[in-house]
Amino acid sequence: MARPERFGRGSRLNANEIHARLRARFGDAIGDLAGARRDNFCATVAPASIADVCRFAKDDPELAFDCLSNLSGVDYPKRGVIEIVYNLYSYRHRHLFALKVGAPRDNPVVPTVSCVWAHADWQEREAFDLLGVTFTDHPDLRRILMPEDWPGHPLRKDFVEPEEYHGISTSRESLLKA
Amino acid sequence: MGLAGFEVEVQRHENGGLATEDMTLSMGPQHPSTHGVLRFVVRADGEVMKEAIPDIGYLHRSIEKIAEKVGWHGFMPYTDRVDYVAAMPCNQGWAMAGERLGNIEVPKRGEYCRVIATEFSRIHSHLLSVGSMAMDIGAYTPFTHAIREREYINDLLEELCGSRLTFHYMRIGGVGWDLPPGWRDKSLAFIKRFEPLVDEFNDLISYNKIYTERLANVAVITPEDAVDFNLVGPNLRGSGIKYDVRKDEPYSVYPELDFDVPVGRGEMGAVGDCFDRYIVRMREMKESCRIIRQCLAQIPSGPVIAKVARNFKPPAGDCYIRLESARGDMGWYVVSDGTSFPYRCKIRTGSFSAISIIQKLSRNLMIADLIAVIASLDLVAPEIDR
Amino acid sequence: MQQLVDSLLGPQASVPVWVAYFGAMLAFGGLVVFGFVLPIAGITTWVERRVMGRIQSRIGPNRVGPAGFLQWLADGIKNMLKEDIVPIAADAPLFKLAPYVVMTGFIAAFVAIPFGGPLIIADLNVGILYVTAVTSLVVVGILMAGWSSNNKWSLLGGIRSAAQIVSYEIPAGLSIFPIVMLAGALSMQQIIKAQGAAPWHWFVFENPFTFLAFFIFFVAALAEGNRTPFDLPEAESELVMGFATEYSGMRNLLFFMAEWGNLYVIGAIVTTLFLGGGRLPGGLENAPAIVSIPLQFAVFFLKSYFWVLVAIWLRWTLPRIRVDQMMIMCWKYLVPLAFVNLLGTAAWMVVFPSGLEAMRIALFALAVVLGIAFLIRVRYHLRRAGLRRDELSFNPLAGARVPGLG
Repeated sequence: MARPERFGRGSRLNANEIHARLRARFGDAIGDLAGARRDNFCATVAPASIADVCRFAKDDPELAFDCLSNLSGVDYPKRGVIEIVYNLYSYRHRHLFALKVGAPRDNPVVPTVSCVWAHADWQEREAFDLLGVTFTDHPDLRRILMPEDWPGHPLRKDFVEPEEYHGISTSRESLLKA
Repeated sequence: MGLAGFEVEVQRHENGGLATEDMTLSMGPQHPSTHGVLRFVVRADGEVMKEAIPDIGYLHRSIEKIAEKVGWHGFMPYTDRVDYVAAMPCNQGWAMAGERLGNIEVPKRGEYCRVIATEFSRIHSHLLSVGSMAMDIGAYTPFTHAIREREYINDLLEELCGSRLTFHYMRIGGVGWDLPPGWRDKSLAFIKRFEPLVDEFNDLISYNKIYTERLANVAVITPEDAVDFNLVGPNLRGSGIKYDVRKDEPYSVYPELDFDVPVGRGEMGAVGDCFDRYIVRMREMKESCRIIRQCLAQIPSGPVIAKVARNFKPPAGDCYIRLESARGDMGWYVVSDGTSFPYRCKIRTGSFSAISIIQKLSRNLMIADLIAVIASLDLVAPEIDR
Repeated sequence: MQQLVDSLLGPQASVPVWVAYFGAMLAFGGLVVFGFVLPIAGITTWVERRVMGRIQSRIGPNRVGPAGFLQWLADGIKNMLKEDIVPIAADAPLFKLAPYVVMTGFIAAFVAIPFGGPLIIADLNVGILYVTAVTSLVVVGILMAGWSSNNKWSLLGGIRSAAQIVSYEIPAGLSIFPIVMLAGALSMQQIIKAQGAAPWHWFVFENPFTFLAFFIFFVAALAEGNRTPFDLPEAESELVMGFATEYSGMRNLLFFMAEWGNLYVIGAIVTTLFLGGGRLPGGLENAPAIVSIPLQFAVFFLKSYFWVLVAIWLRWTLPRIRVDQMMIMCWKYLVPLAFVNLLGTAAWMVVFPSGLEAMRIALFALAVVLGIAFLIRVRYHLRRAGLRRDELSFNPLAGARVPGLG
């Protein structure tokens, strides 16, 4: 790890170089480079190899993605996937890249990356809670925002709100009616 | 299930014939010092904690799902509620997301108004943070002094946008209203009054021996841990890492402004203890004053908002916006599908990362220290739960 | 008081002597408790809230009565009318008894507290020992409260309090011994008589060891009274209300009346032991009783109440120390220092059997210099802050500017 005071300017790679480096190491597991702007550049990764890709992205001295800036789950029912987007950032080199994993919607299982970045622990719990994605080998996969016994995964596009929860009704009559 | 709602391992200790057991306490959702509705399940052996497990979700309002229902412009008031203590940067995040996706350029004057509003919001939030921290440690007076100063900022922002807490000041494409006449002089008068008061605040509490003894060497976060857990903002800078989104990934008009980034240097103890995080916030308030003064001097004339369609439909795509909120680097991952409703909006906030590190930090800390840690990480519950 | 009753009765006794004594004791005790102690406890809450308000740049109570003076009466009436809540899982007999134990420990101290001059309920020959012993009864009450609430947070508060009060008894007691040695008696009136009216004849300036003992005693007394910086047992931001979390209404008020009244007890003890009680210059003391007794009462009261104000000031300025830091301070620093004072005073008495006048005057001058340096510092800070006088002034009766309105 770099000196605590300043990580130093390092050498910022552009998206093509980052993508090339990943491709060189993992071959077909990495999809084509997509995106048009610096915060947009991404590559799809096969679900089975995401943990290895992330471990390489963090440990490789040229990439040095020491920070998992964001982990979002996006539900695409039309494409039949739940996409997990990993926004990676490197404090040392100051470059940004995104990895996308498409997990099949009927059984979304993705290996965990919490062994690579500690921050992934809670972010994956949130993805599990709100979208129903199971992360294998996660140390403590349980609901984080919703109550433990909440049925369903709220952020899915086809989520239907339950009528009541422990006897409390979830709908409210319109106040405009007489 | 038990008290915690999840399994908590309770240990028995045999001490030469006298067996003791850990106590499981619930630092419950209602507590004067968890900043907002948070809950910690504390497993303690007397005063010394074995572990404090955070339990969040009490303030979850499904703001991200609401974004998908109310449309691009309609979501702006909801962003205030994501972090109501520092609402302007949250507004800016959503506005920037819309502009990035829709390829809209904000006029210069609009950008300057945004920076002024954000920096006032930053001072506002830091005052509450240091005041509550002092109050949690037991000194009730600095809190009221901080609130007194906050009242002046509230008045200024009320004059600017009509609200004292949830501002809804920014719009996609600029800001809602221009600076009112006379506002500039009032802001400068406030800054002139406020800057020496930061020194007075330091005299009153920051270097008080009892206070520093409570904070020094408590919950030291190493730089490696800080990056691993994705701590941001003053929490990251308190551990010695000089990183500020405004300087290192500049956006808006920050490249034209001159300011320093305070970093924790381990003045009272190790680098990265509670005191460092606290003093970084105190110094950031002064830097914000500098920025506001420069903005008010340099602000050009012109429109404050670009022309944006009422039925805003940015082209399909996604974007990842990072900006420096009061609590640090706030990440907005927004996906658009070309319709007038956002497809997905994910907000990654500084407090979410900060609370996740508490479980690791709390081992072998005292219960009184847990309060200091929560306050020094500047957690606000609405940001954690959204 | 016994002499007073004897002089009133005269030689002929129309009632049995013991009845007269008993009646007089009840009357005087009742007068003291209901006419002095409880109003003082109540008025101290008013003073605290107004002074707290001014320190915190706000006004404090100002609605009920002139400058909010009747707020404490209103609070008392409100609390008496509140619902009597005893938690289901709490141990009801202990729960109900605890506030009364605390009040007993506090009010019983007034038996031996002088009020200046000959005014004292009973000048016990073990005066100061009795006061110290009886005020420790509050530990029992607080532990009862913490335990019987059946609430882990209350229990933590009760345990902390027990540890704190019991620990700080030691430096407090050890700091009293030098005074007892100098006065040659435990009786409160005797200790007062052993001092003179002039400040340099007070025990605090007698020798450097008693000077130090004064500060140690004041700190230890604050700790025993659960006042910030030692208010861990009721640390509001950590333990909600500590041992008193489950208490509401009148029971709650009893706990806090004991706390505020205890401030006066601390002030009175400090005045008696260290500051010469109600002693007046010779001429005034020998004046007719109608003149000298109120004057002595006034002098004693003002001296005691000054320390109440200092305690209030400390509370609203200083943060709270942590449990382990508090114990370290007591056992590693205050106790050895108090022992040093004890031995030092004993040695001083051997070397200078009737004290050293030069030392007394030197210490008095030192105190005056420190006081003036402090005031100069305060003026410097007020000037530097540039705040208007009405925003930051100590006068509790001053009006305040409300920010944002003009």
